[in-house]
Amino acid sequence: MTTSRWVTFTVGVLALALVSAGCSNDSSTGGASGGGAVDCASVQFGCVEVAADAPINLGTLLATSGDNADLGTDSLNGVKLAIDHLDGTFDQTDGQVLGHDVKLTNEDDLCSADGGQAGGQALAADDSIVAVIGTSCSSAALGVADTILSQKGVLLFSPSNTNPALTAEGTHQPFYARTAHNDRIQGAIVAEFAAGDMVGAKTAATIADESPYTQGLTAAFEANWENAGGTVTDSEQINSEDTDFKPVLQTIAATNPDVLYFPVFVSACSLIIKQAKDIMPDTTKIVSDGCLSSDTLKNTGDSVDGVYASSPDLSAFQSNTAYADEFIPAYKDAFGTAPLSVFHAHAYDAANVIFQAIQQVAIDNGDGTLSIPRQALRDAVFATSGYDGLTGTITCTPLGDCATDVTIGVFKAPGWPVEGGSGNQKAVFTDTKSLEDVL
Amino acid sequence: MTIAEGAPATSVADVRLSTFERLPWRRIILVLLAIVIVAVTTIGIYKTLTSPEAANYSGEFWAQLTVDGLSYGAILSMVALGYSMVYGILRMINFAHGEVFMAGGFASFFFANAYAKSGFLNSNTVVAVLIVMTVSVLVSVGVALLLERVCYRPLRNAPRLVPLITAIGASLFIQNSFRGFFGPQSYGYPRPSSLNGQVPILGVHVNKIDIAVLVVAVVCMLVLQMFVSRTKTGRSMRAVAEDREIASLMGIDVDRTIAITFAVGGVLAGIAGVLFGMTFQQIQFTSGFTLGIAAFTAAVLGGIGSIGGATLGGFLIGVLRAVGPVLILTGFGIPSVHSLNEAFVFLVLVLVLVFRPGGLLGTGEAEKV
Repeated sequence: MTTSRWVTFTVGVLALALVSAGCSNDSSTGGASGGGAVDCASVQFGCVEVAADAPINLGTLLATSGDNADLGTDSLNGVKLAIDHLDGTFDQTDGQVLGHDVKLTNEDDLCSADGGQAGGQALAADDSIVAVIGTSCSSAALGVADTILSQKGVLLFSPSNTNPALTAEGTHQPFYARTAHNDRIQGAIVAEFAAGDMVGAKTAATIADESPYTQGLTAAFEANWENAGGTVTDSEQINSEDTDFKPVLQTIAATNPDVLYFPVFVSACSLIIKQAKDIMPDTTKIVSDGCLSSDTLKNTGDSVDGVYASSPDLSAFQSNTAYADEFIPAYKDAFGTAPLSVFHAHAYDAANVIFQAIQQVAIDNGDGTLSIPRQALRDAVFATSGYDGLTGTITCTPLGDCATDVTIGVFKAPGWPVEGGSGNQKAVFTDTKSLEDVL
Repeated sequence: MTIAEGAPATSVADVRLSTFERLPWRRIILVLLAIVIVAVTTIGIYKTLTSPEAANYSGEFWAQLTVDGLSYGAILSMVALGYSMVYGILRMINFAHGEVFMAGGFASFFFANAYAKSGFLNSNTVVAVLIVMTVSVLVSVGVALLLERVCYRPLRNAPRLVPLITAIGASLFIQNSFRGFFGPQSYGYPRPSSLNGQVPILGVHVNKIDIAVLVVAVVCMLVLQMFVSRTKTGRSMRAVAEDREIASLMGIDVDRTIAITFAVGGVLAGIAGVLFGMTFQQIQFTSGFTLGIAAFTAAVLGGIGSIGGATLGGFLIGVLRAVGPVLILTGFGIPSVHSLNEAFVFLVLVLVLVFRPGGLLGTGEAEKV
């Protein structure tokens, strides 16, 4: 017995040594010769086999139709630009990873749990999918796409999910990560803005709908708001499909809040902006990135003037020369429009982190074919540390939050930083917090 | 004979059972249910009005909620009238009527939007709104007549389920045509600037647009009432609704009368489309479907087939969904009651149908639909 344990221990040490040798070998060549320690037949979740001259298949699960089409299309554009830039320039000629083209398989998350379920299953059923960029909406990921894809061992990397539960202990799925911020940070910064000099509010009311995104945000806002000594006069919930929000707005107006925070999606958000203009013209209105899109500006006309919207601060990127001087012109060249929404840079970074991880873990079989072990790919993405992306420095936590220091800006309509915005499109308030700073 | 002689032996038990059976159980249950409903409602209202939240709820607040409800209810009523009149005359549910409403609203959007951009909507509001309404009415009437001619007339003598399915098919077809032509996104419908903001009436601040909607809707309903009761065409509509064959024997052109009924429904739906657009400032290919379901509910609540019923049902649903949840449910400590608006309305509908299967102003008989 003692001998056999001793043997096991020795073998274990040797195996570790081999793996670490493989890693150092990998980084020294910077290529695909490493990872020789992985045996695709025995490793959990197996490998994705890429045939010679076949493209690497990257899935996307983004909201590209309906009311939230701006959100998903914008992210998809970011992914396309990342593929374009694989050859080092934005020239509308796609680059390659390890000598293979990158092909996109697009599914629509419909910004709903149903869409996440259907799209997640379609992608999980396709064995050639290496990883998935998505979802656009937290509702499509939480308990749906994140679970389906994690069971299959497919990495789901979101550019725009912000619900706290997705990366919370207990609800986080092992193959889920995101480059978008956690709404615990956004809620805290909105609360700080509303209490600050510019608004100077003491009382606030909130409206959420049935989606986890809006509930996560209003909960984070309320916790930080009350912690800072503010009063929440009313927190209401609506059905996002509804049209007539006048009764709920009258109920809120009866409690007379200084601030109304309603981080709901485009359709309900536009309706509330227009109906609240009649009912409570003097209340400061704040929305968040789910509503910050060019469709909202088109729908609401001048009713939106003066409405604040919080989102990751793009002006912080704009001092970043790569974003302002190369990325944005390339976006306009390729798609003929200014960015439609705010998560294109997050999608661009997510795609690049995945490409980098593929380069680290893919096994070059010598005949032009590649084997990409799923577990190792996931581990390589989660091990990302100090990666210099467009959205800042990307370091992933064990729970999948890859944006740990987040700069949130607040923009005043019509100066929203999207297509259709006008005037000064700079943030009127901006702050940076990390996950440890907030409740 | 032996059977007849044997009968008294078992008849004791039979008589006991039948006394039990003869008790008016249905009525007893209804009375008990009514007592429970009244009790719950009273307790709910009492608790709401004595709760700490009630300090915020002034008389003005309740008045504002009621006006909001009436204004939404007015739009529902106008669409519900279309459902109800067609049902009255053909005994079929025109499920595509929501689409008639949406088509008018959508078409008029393009005119309203152009007038808003050129400034005409604000400089000559009355003329602009009249033109926009005319466009909406023409398109709605066109769609309604087309539906009648293409989808329903060939099926007039088919079993009742057939035109119902056709109606659902037509509804999906029209919706998806609009989606195909104009995309899935919603369009921001402009509103004349003179209708923005609030105006005090008897000390209550009321949205100007709500007043405008109520005035237009009430005028339309009065005109409809006069049309149906005073004109020759109105009389022939009532005759066809009463008995199609006899009416035809009396020299009434039934096809023409049915077409006119669809057209009148289309006129009301078209005007409602503009009112809806200007109230909610948004129109989308699904607008007709969701509102159509609410309007159909209103028609059933009021008593489908009855003009007064559809009007009453629409206003009632509007007010109930605005006022009911806050007034009754808040007292029981239920959070965010407004998300229960729809659930509350359907609860009321179910309860009304338990007591009056034919709807409030209906015949009192259950109609199989």
